Amino acid sequence: MFVTSAYAQETAPAAAEGDTHAGTAVPAAEHEAFPPFDAKTFPSQILWLVITFGLFYLFLKRVVMPRLGGIIDVRNDRITQDLDHAARLKSEADAAVAAYEQELAEAKANANKIGQQASDAAKADAEGTRKKLEAELEKKLGEAEASIASIKAKAMKEVGTIAEDTTSAIVEALVGGKADKSEIAAAVKSASR
Amino acid sequence: MAAADKVDPIHQFQIHPIIPLHIGGYDVSFTNSSLFMVVTIVLASAFLYWSTASRALIPGRLQSVSEMAYEFVGNMLRDAAGKQGMQFFPLVFSLFMFVLVANLIGLFPYFFTVTSHIIVTFTLAILVIGTVVVYGFAKHGLGFLKLFVPHGVPGLLLPLVVAIEVISFVSRPVSLSVRLFANMLAGHITLKVFSGFVVSLSALGAVGIAGSVLPLAMAVALTALELLVAFLQAYVFAVLTCMYLNDALHPSH
Repeated sequence: MFVTSAYAQETAPAAAEGDTHAGTAVPAAEHEAFPPFDAKTFPSQILWLVITFGLFYLFLKRVVMPRLGGIIDVRNDRITQDLDHAARLKSEADAAVAAYEQELAEAKANANKIGQQASDAAKADAEGTRKKLEAELEKKLGEAEASIASIKAKAMKEVGTIAEDTTSAIVEALVGGKADKSEIAAAVKSASR
Repeated sequence: MAAADKVDPIHQFQIHPIIPLHIGGYDVSFTNSSLFMVVTIVLASAFLYWSTASRALIPGRLQSVSEMAYEFVGNMLRDAAGKQGMQFFPLVFSLFMFVLVANLIGLFPYFFTVTSHIIVTFTLAILVIGTVVVYGFAKHGLGFLKLFVPHGVPGLLLPLVVAIEVISFVSRPVSLSVRLFANMLAGHITLKVFSGFVVSLSALGAVGIAGSVLPLAMAVALTALELLVAFLQAYVFAVLTCMYLNDALHPSH
């Protein structure tokens, strides 16, 4: 029923216009048209929509959107800043760790070097002492050998005189008379060869 | 008459003047519809204004809602129309907020639904298409007409395709406005009908009251559905606006 009357309204806008002016008392025209298709209300709705929506658009464009955009931009800036800060702190921490590790490595190397040096020095010392001792022993050995040789030579020499004495005594006993000393020495010498 | 009005599902859409006003032979009275337009923009503006007043770095709940709406529409527009489309951000954002808040306010009993009138949705649709056409011709000149001539169509089919494109373009404001209007209208009529059942059944006595539980449950469920539709239609209106604006920016397919 409403639909048909609405169509009737649309097909006869002139009649509708007439009705508007006839029944401005409103409730009387209640059932004449389906309200959304009631062209009588169009001018008022369009006008007030334009006014309200226009104001709304201006308010949002001028006040609300710059503010919202600002809030979001500030937050994004802040987040980027904080991320940068965090990244910087992290790189600093990394650098500290790297420095620490380098120092540790250096200290280790130092310790190794010192240990090596100490052991080298100890070895060299020991070697020196050993060599000195060896040399001393060598010397003593040489001396001992020399003294043995001299003792031996002296002994040999004494063996000569003993032999001469013995020979002269033998000669004396056998031959009687004294033998010439020099001859005896020559004889002993040739015999002992 | 008064009793019949109680269950008349159409009654809620009637417009009656609050401050009668006639200019140049036109009836431009401040009506209940105008009142709810004012309520819509005042409520939406007040919410957006006060919720963001503290400009908190860490947003509270209300500020989050405003920011979400702002970024939601912003992303929607950027996805559909690219960076260039952002110059229309205020338009799309105010359209979205206006339609959304008008739809939501309309869900309150005894409140008038601004968007349930075709002339309102049609005016908004004409605003969108008007922007598309004016901007399209201002930016691309006659090149904007390339919108109607898709690439790679064989010459024989071209007239047919162009005719289809023109018809689809012309029907855009109609489909855009009718979709929103019809959804709000049908939803509110259904709600009213089911609520009317509750009232009429309850009048029949104990059996009727027991029977009225069913339409009451229906009305509750429908209210939830209408809440979804209120948001969805505002979203659809904004998305389609973005896509049409994209045509104005990039007319060649």
